[in-house]
Amino acid sequence: MAIWLTKESKVVVQGMTGSEGMKHTKRMLAAGTNVVGGVNPRKAGQTVTVDGAELPVFGNVAEAMTGTGADVSVIFVPPQFTRGAVVEAIDAGIPLAVVITEGVPVHDTAAFWAYNLAQGERTRIVGPNCPGIASPGASNAGIIPADITGTGRIGLVSKSGTLTYQMMYELRDIGFSTCVGIGGDPIIGTTHIDALAAFQADPETDAIVMIGEIGGDAEERAAEFIKANVTKPVVGYIAGFTAPPGKTMGHAGAIISGSAGTADAKKAALEAVGVKVGKTPSETARLMRELMSGS
Amino acid sequence: MDLYEYQGRELFERHGLPVLAGGVATTPEEARAIADRLGGRVVVKAQVKVGGRGKAGGVKLAEGPDEAVARATDILGMDIKGHTVNKVMLTVTADIAEEYYFSYLLDRANRTFLCIASVAGGMDIEQVAAETPERVAKVAIDANAGVDEAKALQIVEAAGFPAELTDQIVPIAVRLWQAFVAEDATLVEVNPLARTTDGTVLCLDAKVTLDENAGFRHPDHEALVDQAAVDPLEQRAKEKDLNYVKLDGEVGIIGNGAGLVMSTLDVVAYAGEAHGGVKPANFLDIGGGASAAVMANGLEIVLSDPAVRSVFVNVFGGITACDEVANGIIQALALLAERGETVDKPLVVRLDGNNAEAGRAILDGAANPLVQRVDTMDGAAQRAAELAAAGV
Repeated sequence: MAIWLTKESKVVVQGMTGSEGMKHTKRMLAAGTNVVGGVNPRKAGQTVTVDGAELPVFGNVAEAMTGTGADVSVIFVPPQFTRGAVVEAIDAGIPLAVVITEGVPVHDTAAFWAYNLAQGERTRIVGPNCPGIASPGASNAGIIPADITGTGRIGLVSKSGTLTYQMMYELRDIGFSTCVGIGGDPIIGTTHIDALAAFQADPETDAIVMIGEIGGDAEERAAEFIKANVTKPVVGYIAGFTAPPGKTMGHAGAIISGSAGTADAKKAALEAVGVKVGKTPSETARLMRELMSGS
Repeated sequence: MDLYEYQGRELFERHGLPVLAGGVATTPEEARAIADRLGGRVVVKAQVKVGGRGKAGGVKLAEGPDEAVARATDILGMDIKGHTVNKVMLTVTADIAEEYYFSYLLDRANRTFLCIASVAGGMDIEQVAAETPERVAKVAIDANAGVDEAKALQIVEAAGFPAELTDQIVPIAVRLWQAFVAEDATLVEVNPLARTTDGTVLCLDAKVTLDENAGFRHPDHEALVDQAAVDPLEQRAKEKDLNYVKLDGEVGIIGNGAGLVMSTLDVVAYAGEAHGGVKPANFLDIGGGASAAVMANGLEIVLSDPAVRSVFVNVFGGITACDEVANGIIQALALLAERGETVDKPLVVRLDGNNAEAGRAILDGAANPLVQRVDTMDGAAQRAAELAAAGV
């Protein structure tokens, strides 16, 4: 099974003909993803050959859905055009839109999120500024390296790309059902809570790793959610214990504002609801390993 | 990016908000010229991005230009909580009858924008919210609908502003929202929003934070950066498109991916506890690529910090394979030597992930005496801390 992204998912790429879009379309195809086409209004009607695959280019997401039955869009367009691209995906009613683009103005994200809500939230938006979703052995929507790990029964949700890869690598012998990179921006379409709920409901996920970082209170709210709704074991990791207040640490959302958003507060909130929180990524992986081996 | 009060005041003025006449000075002579222009009594305010400047003596009244010069002389160069005062703002004064609070900000938790308004202004709004939550109104703003007159009326009612001020506060609320959107701000705060004794409502302070991701549609925002306050290494890193934050420690850090680098800082700080309390010297994310050129630029910045005693290069090969990263490190060292840079600090390198074995073999084969390979993140952090402590 896996969550949100399965072997059956049909993926279109908005911005496929750009350099990043092309590079990652190749990678997604190599990972076995069913990429069915691309979207670029200036190249509509053309066909692009990517590693032997003939991919049609459509003028917009709605046409791509009609033409191919696509149900996932991965968005690689530059930040200036991201708002328009996401609104187009929402208008088409695509069930899943994965927004890889980094550097999207938060007013633009707030606008497309409000628009999505107004349209009845038909579209699950992941990101922006995220590595995407990988269901190992089934499909890969985004830029997560596909060959790190195989299929297994751990679910992973993370604000950080490389920490996701690190965790996948450390637990590659156990394997993952789905890994979701939700992104490090202040406003994101899919939260820790959304992923926790989906993993809790997924019969093929036995345990969950949750990776957070400084900024905001998403981890604290996730802790509340775990307490009330999650019966599967959760292991956590938080990055940024030594980050100084007032400094943005790489991700737009990773900033301690006054006393809010500290790693200590997040760790305490998670531990208070019974989540084991690792001090380092390796310790976190060890905690999950112990859990999966039943010790 | 947080703006100075004078920049916020100017931004408000540009967007048609009622502010006091004023100007900004970097010298006492400039202060005189502004005081001459304003006429009469003025207030001289230190421009620092930290609270509590009034208590620190950074806000003074002056009766006319001569006193303005004297007060500006006192305040310029003053140290307020570690911030040197390089500029003072002068404004005319107002007779304040009441102080309110008004802001728009990003509401991360609800993924929208929020208006916070209160009749209890002039003090820290978080304290007001904690002590008398009934005096603080929070109104969610739909990002697409924004704040029109009807929404502004709703805010005014929710906050309980005096009815006779509605005609003045409604347009302020609408214009402030327009400024918030037009400038891609994540915070516009007016504290206090004041009623003067003659019944006029004025924005007496301006706290503004701008979204740096929106810089592409605001070329004018670049000019708002206070170059004097920017760390020179951070500035050089920015010019090379590197994401670098200067910290106060001895272990230089280079990694790929913001989360991994944050995590590296933590792991080094823990390891440092056993090695004389050495700490990470910086945050530096070289991103997914980690090519030789990017690695060389990163190393150059990190090694320019005289506090650095050792460097920890922590790379997880995800999209980029570790053999490429290893070649990048070796080439970067050669490149730095070509540029005439002295590289004499030990580098602890941890490579993991895609093609890790090949990458490690490349490092071993190069046998650069400065490069030490440790294969776990925790072990490498220990080694880097140990070397930094030994090098102090």
